[in-house]
Amino acid sequence: MDMNGGQALVKALECEGTEVVFGLPGGAILPVYDPIIESPLRHILVRHEQGAGHMAEGYAHATGRPGVVMITSGPGATNVVTALCDAYMDSVPVVCITGQVPYAAIGTDAFQECDTTGITMAVTKHNFLVTEAQDIPRIIHEAFHIATTGRPGPVLVDIPKDIVDPRNPRSAMTWYEPTDDIMELPGYRPATAGDPELVRAAAEMICTAERPVIYAGGGILKARAAAELMALAELIDVPVVTTLMARGCFPDSHELCLGMPGMHGNYTAVTAMQSSDLLIALGARFDDRVTGRLDGFAPDAKVIHVDIDAAELGKVRVPDVAVRGDCKLVIAELVEALRACGGAGAQPDRRAWRSTISGWQERYPLVYEQSEPGELLKPQYVLEVLRDSTPDDTIVTSGVGQHQMWASQYWRFDHPYTWINSGGLGTMGFSVPAAIGAKVGMPDRMVWAVDGDGCFQMTAQELVTASMERIPIKVALFNNAYLGMVRQWQEMFYEERYSEVYLSYEIPDYVKWAEAMGCVALRVESPEEVAPAIAKANEIDDRPVVLEFRSSAGENVYPMVPAGQSNSDIVVDPSQR
Amino acid sequence: MTAAAPAAGHAAPARRFHTIVTTVENKPGVLARVASLFARRGFNIESLAVAPTADERFSRITFTVDVASSSLEQVVKQLDKLINVVEISELSPAESVERELMLVTVDVDAAGGRRHELLELVDDFRAYVLDADQSQMMLSLAARPARLDEFEERLRDFGIVQLQRTGRVALPSLGS
Repeated sequence: MDMNGGQALVKALECEGTEVVFGLPGGAILPVYDPIIESPLRHILVRHEQGAGHMAEGYAHATGRPGVVMITSGPGATNVVTALCDAYMDSVPVVCITGQVPYAAIGTDAFQECDTTGITMAVTKHNFLVTEAQDIPRIIHEAFHIATTGRPGPVLVDIPKDIVDPRNPRSAMTWYEPTDDIMELPGYRPATAGDPELVRAAAEMICTAERPVIYAGGGILKARAAAELMALAELIDVPVVTTLMARGCFPDSHELCLGMPGMHGNYTAVTAMQSSDLLIALGARFDDRVTGRLDGFAPDAKVIHVDIDAAELGKVRVPDVAVRGDCKLVIAELVEALRACGGAGAQPDRRAWRSTISGWQERYPLVYEQSEPGELLKPQYVLEVLRDSTPDDTIVTSGVGQHQMWASQYWRFDHPYTWINSGGLGTMGFSVPAAIGAKVGMPDRMVWAVDGDGCFQMTAQELVTASMERIPIKVALFNNAYLGMVRQWQEMFYEERYSEVYLSYEIPDYVKWAEAMGCVALRVESPEEVAPAIAKANEIDDRPVVLEFRSSAGENVYPMVPAGQSNSDIVVDPSQR
Repeated sequence: MTAAAPAAGHAAPARRFHTIVTTVENKPGVLARVASLFARRGFNIESLAVAPTADERFSRITFTVDVASSSLEQVVKQLDKLINVVEISELSPAESVERELMLVTVDVDAAGGRRHELLELVDDFRAYVLDADQSQMMLSLAARPARLDEFEERLRDFGIVQLQRTGRVALPSLGS
C-alpha cells in the first residue's frame, strides 16, 4: 500500500499498540499531526514538552507499556531533554518522536534546527535519525523493541520534515508490516535467564547466611517480578528492603518488609543492610543515596547481585556472585535452586537476626511531632491522613525533595506500580505531569500527586492540560514557602545560613492559580481541616483538584545519613537520640 | 609495562594499555556514540583506529585504553550496551599482533652530512622513503607501536618536522 511517511509513522505507532500520545505540534512535525486527525490514537496536548515527557513516564510506570511523546524540532526537542534523562536514569520505557528540519537543511542552522540526536545521545538508550520514509515502520518497531526490552529506557526517533510531508516526493513509501524479523539490530541482545551455575552458587550462599537481607530495586518492578520476589522472601524467610524506585514491589504491611533504605530510609532498613552478612541485590544498582560512603557500606556483607544490565554488576560494589538476567526469570530460577537444596528447611536458624531487627523496629520507628494549635501543618500528618482516606491501590506520584521522602516513608505501599517518582535524576516538577500520565493509563484508579511548592511552580501549567483533557488527578501541594530539602541542608551543613531558599507562602496564590487553570482548589491550614478537605477532593471526578496544605517550614526529614558519611552514622529524629 | 624502578628524575607513570577491538555497524554517528560514551564515563582513549571491515555493513574500531585510569571491565560492558556495537573483544598484547603506521618528515638539511646515516636508519627499521626534496625527507614505518616509539626517538636527532601516527590496529595471533 502506497502512503506517505507521515501516515506511515502514525500507522506504525498504532501497530505498536500505542493508545495515547503526549505531545505538542510545531513546524517540523506538522505533517505527522495531519494524519493524527483520522487516527484512533488519543493525543494529549501538553503545555510544555517537558510535561509530555514526564506524562509519558507516568503512563509507562503505571501501565508497564511504553509512553509515547511527539514534539517538534529545536526547542521542542531541547525541552524534552530533562524528561528523557529522567527516563534514562530510572529505566522508563519511552518512545519520543521529534520533528526535524528537512534532511537537506540539516547542518545549515535552519529555523528551529538543533542536533537532536547529538544532544540526546547521552540521555537515551538509543536514538535514530530517519533518513528515508521507507525505513519508518522498521525504525519505529526497533525503537519500541529497544525501549521495552532488556533494561528499559527512552528511545528517540528524529524525523526530518521532508520524509513525512506529502507534498515532498521524498515522503513516498510503500507500507509493510513492522515485525520482529525486519529489525536490523545485530548488536542488541538483551539478557534473559541467568546462568544456572551462578544461580546455584547464589542459592548455596543464601543457605549459609546468618544475617541476609534482600535489597530489592526498581528492576523488580521493570521485570514485573513482584510475585517471584514474594515467593523468594517467604521461602527463605528473609527481610526485604525496597529502594525508592522499588516501593510497592513488596508490600509494606508484610512482616518481612523493612521499608526504604538509604539517605532518608528508615533506621531498620539502613541498619539491617549495614549489619548484614549477605545482601541479595535484585535489580538494584547500589546508588550513592542507598550506600552512603561506599567504603563503609555493609562492610561484612557478601553480595549476590542480579541485574539485567551487565554493566551494573561490579560497577559500584564488587559482588561475590553476579548473575546477569531478567529478575523475573532469575528469581524464579533461584527459588527452584533453593527448593532443590532443601527449601525452607535448609535455612539456618535466624531467630537471633530476626529479633535484632524487631528490636530496631521497636526502638526507631518513624516519628514526628504533631503541630501545636495555631501552628502550620506537619506534612507527615497530612500524608498519614491522605494514606488512610484513599483506596490502598491509589497511585501516588511525587516531585523531588522533602515531600518526596515523607511520601515514600509515610505511605503504605502494598501494591506494585502505585508509587511513581523521579529517583535517579531527581527532577523537580515531575509529580503533576507524571500523575496526568498515570491517570491517562489507569483511568479507574485514584491518582494523587504529592508535590512541594518549589516543584509545583516548575510544571503546574500541565494542570491546564489536565483540565482541558478531563484528566481528574488530585494534587496534595505542601506549601512550606521554601525549597525545603535545600533549606534543611543549609540548616544542617551550612550553619543555618539560608541562601536563596525562601519562596513565599502567599505568592503565588496557589488556590487562585489552580482555579485559573480549571481546577477545584482548597487551602488547608489546620489539622482538623485535613480529612474533610481530602474527602471533598476524593469526591470530585470530573476535573483536577489541588489541595494546598500550608506546612511548617522548619520541619526536617529524618532519619538522615549526611552526604558522604557512612550509613552507620545515621542521624535519627531528635526525640530518639 | 611492569613496575620497574623509575629512572632517576623520571616518575614512570603506572600505565597498562589494553587493546579493545569492536565491530560496530557502519552507520553515521557511531563513532560519535563511542567517543561520547568514553567521555561521559570518564574513560581515556589512548589511541583509536576506525575503518570498514571486509563486510562493508560493519566497521572495526580498535582502541587502546589505559586501564590504570579506568576499569577495563566497565569500559567493555558500557561499550557493549551501545546498540550499534555488535561485538567486542579484548586483545592482550601477548595474544595479538599489533601494528601502527607512522608518517614522518625529517629535516635533512639540519642533519648536515648525516643523510647517509638517516638512510641507514630507514633500512634498519625497514621503513620507506616516500618523498624527498633538497631539505626534507618523508618516511613511513608500519610496525609494532613500541618499534614506532623507538624509530621516533632515533629520528629526533635529525629533526622531526611533522609526524603523524594512525593509532594501533590489532588482530588476535593465530593459535592464541
